[in-house]
Amino acid sequence: MIKAILIFNNHGKPRLIRFYQYFAEDMQQQIIRETFHLVSKRDDNVCNFLEGGSLIGGSDYKLIYRHYATLYFVFCVDSSESELGILDLIQVFVETLDKCFENVCELDLIFHMDKVHYILQEVVMGGMVLETNMNEITTQVDVQNRMEKSEGGLSAAPARAVSAVKNMNLPEIPRNINIGDINIKVPSLSPF
Amino acid sequence: MALKIVKGSIDRMFDKNLQDLVRGIRNHKEDEAKYISTCIDEIKQELKQDNIAVKANAVCKLTYLQMLGYDVSWAAFNIVEVMSSSKFTYKRIGYLAASQCFHESTDVIMLTTNQIRKDLSSPNQYDTGVALTGLSCFVTPDLARDLANDIMTLMSHTKPYIRKKAVLIMYKVFLKYPESLRPAFPRLKEKLEDPDPGVQSAAVNVICELARRNPKNYLSLAPLFFKLMTSSTNNWVLIKIIKLFGALTPLEPRLGKKLIEPLTNLIHSTSAMSLLYECVNTVYIDVNTPPLPSLSLSLCLYLSLPPQLCVQKLRILIEDSDQNLKYLGLLAMSKILKTHPKSVQSHKDLILQCLDDKDESIRLRALDLLYGMVSKKNLMEIVKKLMLHVDKAEGTTYRDELLTKIIDICSQSNYQYITNFEWYISILVELTRLEGTRHGHLIASQMLDVAIRVKAIRGFAVAQMATLLDNAHLLTGNMQRMGICEVLYAAAWICGEFSEHLENPMQTLEAMLRPKVATLPGHIQAVYVQNAAKLFATVLKSQEGNTDSTAAQETSQLMIDRLPLFVQSANLEVQERASCILQLVKYIQKLQQKDVEVAEEVSALFAGELNPVAPKAQKKVPVPEGLDLDSWINEPPSESESEDEQPKAIFAKEEPKHSRPRREEVDEKELAKRREARKQEQANNPFYIKASPSSQKVYQEAPGVEHIPVVQIDLSVPLKVPGLPMSDQYVKLEEERRQKERAEKKKKEKKKRKEKRSGRGKKHDSGPESEEDITPAHQVDIVTEEMPENALPSDDDDKDPNDPHKALDIDLDKPLADSEKLPVRSHRAAEAPKSPTEDGDATSQEPKKKSSKEKREKKKDKDRDRKKSSKHKKKKQKKEKEEKEKKKKKKHHHHHHHSDGGGEEAVQNGTVEEEEPLPVSVFFCFLPLTKVYDIQGNLQDGSQVVVSVIFENKCDSFLKSMEFNVLDSLNSKLQRPEGSGPHDGLTVPFQLPPGVSNEARFVFTVQSIIMPQKLKGTLTFIVKNEDSSTHEKLDFKLHFTCTSYLITTPCYSDAFAKLLESGDLKCSSVRLEGVNMPFHHLLARICFHHHFSVVERIDSCASMYSRSIQGHHVCLLVKTVSIDAKCDEPTLLGNVLDEIKQTFSQC
Repeated sequence: MIKAILIFNNHGKPRLIRFYQYFAEDMQQQIIRETFHLVSKRDDNVCNFLEGGSLIGGSDYKLIYRHYATLYFVFCVDSSESELGILDLIQVFVETLDKCFENVCELDLIFHMDKVHYILQEVVMGGMVLETNMNEITTQVDVQNRMEKSEGGLSAAPARAVSAVKNMNLPEIPRNINIGDINIKVPSLSPF
Repeated sequence: MALKIVKGSIDRMFDKNLQDLVRGIRNHKEDEAKYISTCIDEIKQELKQDNIAVKANAVCKLTYLQMLGYDVSWAAFNIVEVMSSSKFTYKRIGYLAASQCFHESTDVIMLTTNQIRKDLSSPNQYDTGVALTGLSCFVTPDLARDLANDIMTLMSHTKPYIRKKAVLIMYKVFLKYPESLRPAFPRLKEKLEDPDPGVQSAAVNVICELARRNPKNYLSLAPLFFKLMTSSTNNWVLIKIIKLFGALTPLEPRLGKKLIEPLTNLIHSTSAMSLLYECVNTVYIDVNTPPLPSLSLSLCLYLSLPPQLCVQKLRILIEDSDQNLKYLGLLAMSKILKTHPKSVQSHKDLILQCLDDKDESIRLRALDLLYGMVSKKNLMEIVKKLMLHVDKAEGTTYRDELLTKIIDICSQSNYQYITNFEWYISILVELTRLEGTRHGHLIASQMLDVAIRVKAIRGFAVAQMATLLDNAHLLTGNMQRMGICEVLYAAAWICGEFSEHLENPMQTLEAMLRPKVATLPGHIQAVYVQNAAKLFATVLKSQEGNTDSTAAQETSQLMIDRLPLFVQSANLEVQERASCILQLVKYIQKLQQKDVEVAEEVSALFAGELNPVAPKAQKKVPVPEGLDLDSWINEPPSESESEDEQPKAIFAKEEPKHSRPRREEVDEKELAKRREARKQEQANNPFYIKASPSSQKVYQEAPGVEHIPVVQIDLSVPLKVPGLPMSDQYVKLEEERRQKERAEKKKKEKKKRKEKRSGRGKKHDSGPESEEDITPAHQVDIVTEEMPENALPSDDDDKDPNDPHKALDIDLDKPLADSEKLPVRSHRAAEAPKSPTEDGDATSQEPKKKSSKEKREKKKDKDRDRKKSSKHKKKKQKKEKEEKEKKKKKKHHHHHHHSDGGGEEAVQNGTVEEEEPLPVSVFFCFLPLTKVYDIQGNLQDGSQVVVSVIFENKCDSFLKSMEFNVLDSLNSKLQRPEGSGPHDGLTVPFQLPPGVSNEARFVFTVQSIIMPQKLKGTLTFIVKNEDSSTHEKLDFKLHFTCTSYLITTPCYSDAFAKLLESGDLKCSSVRLEGVNMPFHHLLARICFHHHFSVVERIDSCASMYSRSIQGHHVCLLVKTVSIDAKCDEPTLLGNVLDEIKQTFSQC
């Protein structure tokens, strides 16, 4: 079982949190801080596994994380999950994000937290791995996005237009910043 | 109005959406909190609007704020509203928000049951998918029970997308509602062979998760998994299956042999193994690139190899440069260590090497392994190495981990590996020099334990502790809050209790009475004071022997001078002890001045030996027959007194409450007295089973079983090392000693070869290299911890009683009993009390416990029945004539139905009056004819009401020829087929085999709906047994309330305002007395039970609307304490208000 999925950046700012067990909001923030503290002090060339912090977990749980450019993807899992399997799952998730957002970067996650959640929902459900096949995941995500668009129909058009106008005048819209460093580099991975 | 809508949608364009919110927050870095609070205010405004798009947008923003740590539970009701939108876009937003912030105690969850059920059965698979995903995050026992059947149906959905989600969520349902496991299991098993790989993988996932906790129940699935293992190509599935077999093989050894072949096949057929080798040979240099699932599969495969071979392979992994592999290799190694410690022990070098790794995760893993590698021979060496690490370690977490590991390693299995306790004490003393450790109490309890249980070491221990006390200032410097000063607790106690071993008690006494002591935590001061008294007794004793009596008087004076400091302590415990002792000393001083010898009497206060008591001893005391521990003897005392039972509370962190050591200090006489009293009591108690004359005394007099063999040794080991001890010296000494011993042994061997070894019994757990050559440095006598007489041998107290998986320990192979069927739709089972005769076998399969909530509801229902009032309880009602109920078991189910338009259903209650112990029960539900929900709908049809009746046969006989008849009233008539008379009954179109239920619908024509009414009716049927058949009759009453004629109808605020202005409506109002529930809860209830919809809500005031099937408008203005209402039909309004009042008077 996966107990929690946390995504935060190099400064510990949460970009997505998904707990599969109830914690009150302040506890959640504390967990994020603790996890960030544990993960951020580790070099890049050490292993991707970490005995869980004191807040989340206990002896049966461990943190499995990957660090991409500016973001940490951390999964807290128990011993029934295979460690390397979860590492791969993170990779699948990030690659899916990359496909769905076309060259994903941190700003995509910042501004589209909801979409990231919807993608994650197709990968993990209620703490259990739902799908590991990237094509299947993207297909389902696409269909749902199309449904959303068709439902929006005409009435959503003005809102979209306004949103586009709003974005135009602002310096920090996602697409305008394309510094290579911010982009999540997805190392190519042989399929299994 | 049209203008308003257009305006609304233009406004909406300029509403902040999620992106705007995020951007805004990023632009307000300095005053983020302030900005967010204005945003929340905006969101609150948006939530008040009718437009669902605006609400959804607001909820979406709330989800973001929740991530930033803001509590958004206040919007739970709005989230439910958005969830129930018919548009997928908004529904998805609602479910996402719900999954992020709902949990078991969110009260609006109970309102979602029907919405979720509707979504689950939606024709759009993504509506279903979204509902399943959401539900998986906030499923509660109630939801699980109510929806289990719907989800089970979805497991056979045509779309694999839904199937796999339904299969996965079943695991959550099992956890919350364990009764569903058995009925659902056959289908789950079926899904293991689903054509879709995703569904298959989900089923494997669920079963593995279940089997991990209770493997024995899943042994019968082994053949199926066997087949899957040979056929599946999905690495994820294979990994899970191999893991599952790992859990099953210990239970069924034959399985292991059978597995060898398919596993070796797998090893050859998949590329996994070779991939691993390639990986090991560093073909893959980049950490990120090896195909991980294959890798982890091969790891699994490794673990299935014979341990020797496996460990060798793991060694290759551990030596690899890839840190991940190294970690996993160590992890796998620790699994093998549990079963085959020997094969791991030979790799000690490698593991010690890993202790130096730069990666903390790897060091921790290696530490874990060390635990299993120590032997008598290498303990000192390993601990020495660890001590070096302790000194170097940066970061307190790792250092604390090291510290606990050192103590774990040394103390494991009753100090089995320690040959020299002086060394161990010095290690402990060295550990006290660690700065900032959290584990002071751990060191302290070790010191106490060793000093108490190893008698031979007491002299040494006391000397060390005295030094510690002398140098207490070193410890207390700035670490007070960090907990290392806990060791002073142990030090003071040891010095006091074993003060006869002290070389210079006077000096120690002075050290314990220093003013600085007053800065220590209260519970430590208390121990100081108490033990100062013990020391005082010892000092007196030694001084009175002398001729000079002034020394003794000076000592008393010292006590009298110093103790007042403690008498002033803010800590009660300290104060009390100090003042007692102070008075005692003053008295002693008086006696001394009269030249009376007091030392004997003073030391008698503390005479007697203490025995170590096992930590679990208290728990193991068997409860004498006839003693009910749960009943109060007196009124419950205040909470604070119940802390004694906590087994770990040796040293309460700050409170002076620490029972165990203190209890041991109860003086011997008192103890003896109590013991005597207890014996007396036991002797007089006929229920007390007397123990065989073994038990505690044996431990004190004869050597226990676990005593380490006693060897006469030469005195090459100095009993005291001057100054603060350095454990290193012991290592050296130990080596010298061993060498000497070996040399001596050789000599002896030459002399008398034959006699050799016959004398000393072989030890079972000797290390790899003739462990028995190593002898303890000096006579050691480890006293076994005491256990109470007749302690129960059970060792199950390690299990967590709250583990949800315990409830899932269910035998899955037994055939399914009828009683175990899942509750269908919302016919919620509310069982009538069972007769004692039936309780025995037939119903033993029945789910044992209903949730207490349900019980409460049941009770409420009954209470209401007695009042003979109309009742609305959620979706169900119930009536029983209790006086007529005989031994037969009956179930009264309640039922409700959706009208097709998706509107709220009209619920009504039925009445069953039993004349005989009849074997049938009837359940009622009314619903107005469908389509009335449509606003354009033909309200002319509003004179018809459909009553849905569920018949359930609860007896063992076959029921047939059922006829349903109702005595028509002027107002309401049962619609009968053409050509039948007004008093003819309607034939129920089915027969009922035992235990089966079915539903029939009857249409009634109602003239006036403004009054509630009751209809009498009868049901006749034939009970057919094997040998006979009898006619039976069942009388019942149907109760039509006014609420059941109302249909939830949405209304926009402008239309609502117009309606109110029109002046056609009559006014009435009602006060809600004694209702103290949250306002949204109150609204929810009205919506739910009385089919209203919220038009507008401003703070704690809301307007609500509903419409009757004949088109009456009912408007409510709800405030927290009262409801003002308007309706074009005053009688109807009056009745509806009465019913609402009734609803709230019952909660």
